[in-house]
Amino acid sequence: MKEVKERNNTLCFHCGEQCLDESLRYDEKDFCCPGCKLVYEVLNENGLSSYYEYGEKPGIKNTNNNKSVNRFDYLEEPEVIQKLIDFQNEKETHISFDIPAIHCASCVWLLENLHRLNEHIFESRVDYVKKEVHIKFLHKSLNLKELVRLLSKIGYEPSIQLDALEKKPKDRIDRRLIYKLAVAGFCFGNMMFFSLPEYFSEVSLLEENFRGLFVQLNIALSLPVIFYSATDYYRSAWYSLRSGRVNMDVPIVMGIISLFVYSLYEVIALGGSGYFDSIGGLLFFLLIGKYFQQKTYDRLAFDRDYKSYFPLAVTRLGNKGEEVVSLPKIKVGDTLKIRHGELIPADSLLLEGEAQIDYSFVTGEEVPVSVKKGSLIYAGGRQQAGALLLNVQKAPSQGYLTDLWNQDSFQIEKSKELESLANAISGKFTLVVLMVAFGSLAFWIQRDVSLAMKTFTSVLIVACPCALAMSTPFTLGNTLRVFGNRKFYLKNSHVVEQLAKSDTYIFDKTGTLTDPAAAKVDYIGFCLDDEHKSVLKAMVQHSVHALSNRLNVWLGGIKPAYVEGIEEFSGKGIEAIYNGEIVRLGSAKWLGIGDVRTKGFGNRIYLSIGGEVKGYFHIQSGLRNGVVKTMDQLKDMGQVHLLSGDQDQDRENLQKAFGPAVKMNFNQSPKEKLQYIKFLNDGGNKTVMVGDGLNDAGALQESRVGIAVTSQSTHFSPASDAIMDADVIGHLPQFIALAKESRNVIKASFVLSFLYNIVGISLAVQGLLSPVICAVLMPLSSISVVVFTTVMINYLAMRKGSKNNYLWK
Amino acid sequence: MEVIFILIGVSLVLASSFLFLFFRAMKKGQFDDTYTPSVRILFDTHKNQKTVKPKPSPKTK
Repeated sequence: MKEVKERNNTLCFHCGEQCLDESLRYDEKDFCCPGCKLVYEVLNENGLSSYYEYGEKPGIKNTNNNKSVNRFDYLEEPEVIQKLIDFQNEKETHISFDIPAIHCASCVWLLENLHRLNEHIFESRVDYVKKEVHIKFLHKSLNLKELVRLLSKIGYEPSIQLDALEKKPKDRIDRRLIYKLAVAGFCFGNMMFFSLPEYFSEVSLLEENFRGLFVQLNIALSLPVIFYSATDYYRSAWYSLRSGRVNMDVPIVMGIISLFVYSLYEVIALGGSGYFDSIGGLLFFLLIGKYFQQKTYDRLAFDRDYKSYFPLAVTRLGNKGEEVVSLPKIKVGDTLKIRHGELIPADSLLLEGEAQIDYSFVTGEEVPVSVKKGSLIYAGGRQQAGALLLNVQKAPSQGYLTDLWNQDSFQIEKSKELESLANAISGKFTLVVLMVAFGSLAFWIQRDVSLAMKTFTSVLIVACPCALAMSTPFTLGNTLRVFGNRKFYLKNSHVVEQLAKSDTYIFDKTGTLTDPAAAKVDYIGFCLDDEHKSVLKAMVQHSVHALSNRLNVWLGGIKPAYVEGIEEFSGKGIEAIYNGEIVRLGSAKWLGIGDVRTKGFGNRIYLSIGGEVKGYFHIQSGLRNGVVKTMDQLKDMGQVHLLSGDQDQDRENLQKAFGPAVKMNFNQSPKEKLQYIKFLNDGGNKTVMVGDGLNDAGALQESRVGIAVTSQSTHFSPASDAIMDADVIGHLPQFIALAKESRNVIKASFVLSFLYNIVGISLAVQGLLSPVICAVLMPLSSISVVVFTTVMINYLAMRKGSKNNYLWK
Repeated sequence: MEVIFILIGVSLVLASSFLFLFFRAMKKGQFDDTYTPSVRILFDTHKNQKTVKPKPSPKTK
């Protein structure tokens, strides 16, 4: 028995990964692959060795070294260039790139020293949080393709996607909101300063002429608030009234206008001071609430569609040979060349080559499908074998994949149908307030005209539903932030309400409940010594088959042995020669055993050495951590269903793990999943769908709440309502419980604000409250509701989280 | 007590100036990226002594 070589513990100087093969020595340093060594050489030659000082082993292994040289040729097309750049004049071009590889200070340093790699780049600036770099370069000396190639060479390849070619106008609401907030804060602060003498009326601090000046200054300062900061509310209320409804902003606008008009009346007719500072405070606090709500989910990009998934360009065979064209230019009848690992962008016929298509994104099936020459290949599959020649049958916008996206459920705007609890209440609330105000006016006008005006205005002022308006955004904003800290990102606050009402939970299987890294591999047969494991390691690491990847993970860090003649046969297995003996790993039929009927779940890979069968590997999908417990907890909350595109080999296993209450459906196509959700919705269920791929996109959209599970939140996600990191799927019941509690907190804050309003209105109609007191109570009630909601949400999150060793940060 | 008028004027001018400066900083994108400058401040500005072939840096705008 030979002794296996001692494991090599050398770490790569550039990327910090373990050098599994022979390490490459250069300049007294070790590198794990030519890619890392190349980046080091480039940096060293240009005097950029400081890259390795700001972060520990900051590089990332470059796995694209074997990709084709003409990969970025499409960047020479003027049409593509025009859509990608931000600005261009005769000399310079400005462009922004999304670079997912940015992860530490060294990345910032290196990308901001691009001018030392190429003198035609004269400025570059990194936005670390957004993982963006903004580059200015001289386009006559350095074209866009060469720039992208340079970035790729040093390991920071930009992520350029098809939807970048249809640039969407950036959302400018955020900045305008800040401007309005700044103006309101400025005016409010100064108005409070000038109103200070009014609040100390007992003390005659100043002479009468100062009072006049202060009143005029307050009027002047209230004008920007009335006519600029509050415009969003006017617009919202106007749209609401025009469509025959009364939303939350109508009473706010009424309060603002009545307060302003009455203040002017008091100043002009009665010689008083008015309540301009209350107007400023009102708008300031309202806008703070709005900004707070927007900030909590600002960084999520939920506007991607299927085009984000497709490559930006593809190789087409023309009269002059190979050419790289952008995706919209592909027409029916074109001949495409697809290499290993590339996506099929359009439905095509296979002309030439061995096709092993990975449709896991589309169907969820994780084993590649063999396609024969002349057969149809659907868009969205990924080639897992050698190069292919395809004849395009449908344009990219008309394929099977886009048919799914064009389902009815994607045309409906769900958010417009939603009517939140606050808006439902505010309509009735406004009518009640109006009736009370006019009622008190009618009552008092017979007795005392001045008191009548006083009570009317007081009711309108004190009954402002600001607390109602603020409680929802502050509560849900805090909930969104708590979720975000736990890697559960929601699209907007409506999702919290929908999550709170949910009673039916549907799960995808592949990639959602199962974790590729947690696959369970069992070996049954003669003993495998380390020598044989080394042989297997050498064989499976050359294959990209899903089952080979599972075996590769199972073999761990074993160093692969030297084998000869490795060859992979599609649909059969892998063959190699070791010590003069043929080693085969694959299907039973191929190894000569004949058809073996498995017990019904999992996959089997058989092993033979020298023509003698040694045993087989049994591979089952592994469940993610906490999934079984999650299913148990969700059963108490409602129904639980399982939808899978796989065949039903795992049914028995999953039924045993989850219990008989979970309803399982296998062999589900994407449309069948969508129809299933639709069926549940029509039955009155409040559905939550948890999935991970485009095959779930229809179901995610059709469900009330669609949750996309992903291992990296920066990766593509379908049009879902929420994105959940795969690590925290075990906490889904806690998230739903907190959503329900959030709704309870909103109701409690509604009760609190109703109490304020009832007490305030009761006193106001009797004439016991002067508008001054009302104006003071109004912001105080709003502030107290805000504090209440914030403290309650954080307390509830801490209480629920502490049971799971959750530490509030 | 007439000095109060002057003080009021000065305070309003000061406050307006700061509001204007805030608007200008906002427009120039000063608040767009609030994290990267904290990383950028750590970088050294001295040239690396290992430079094999030093290149003259072009003037940046």
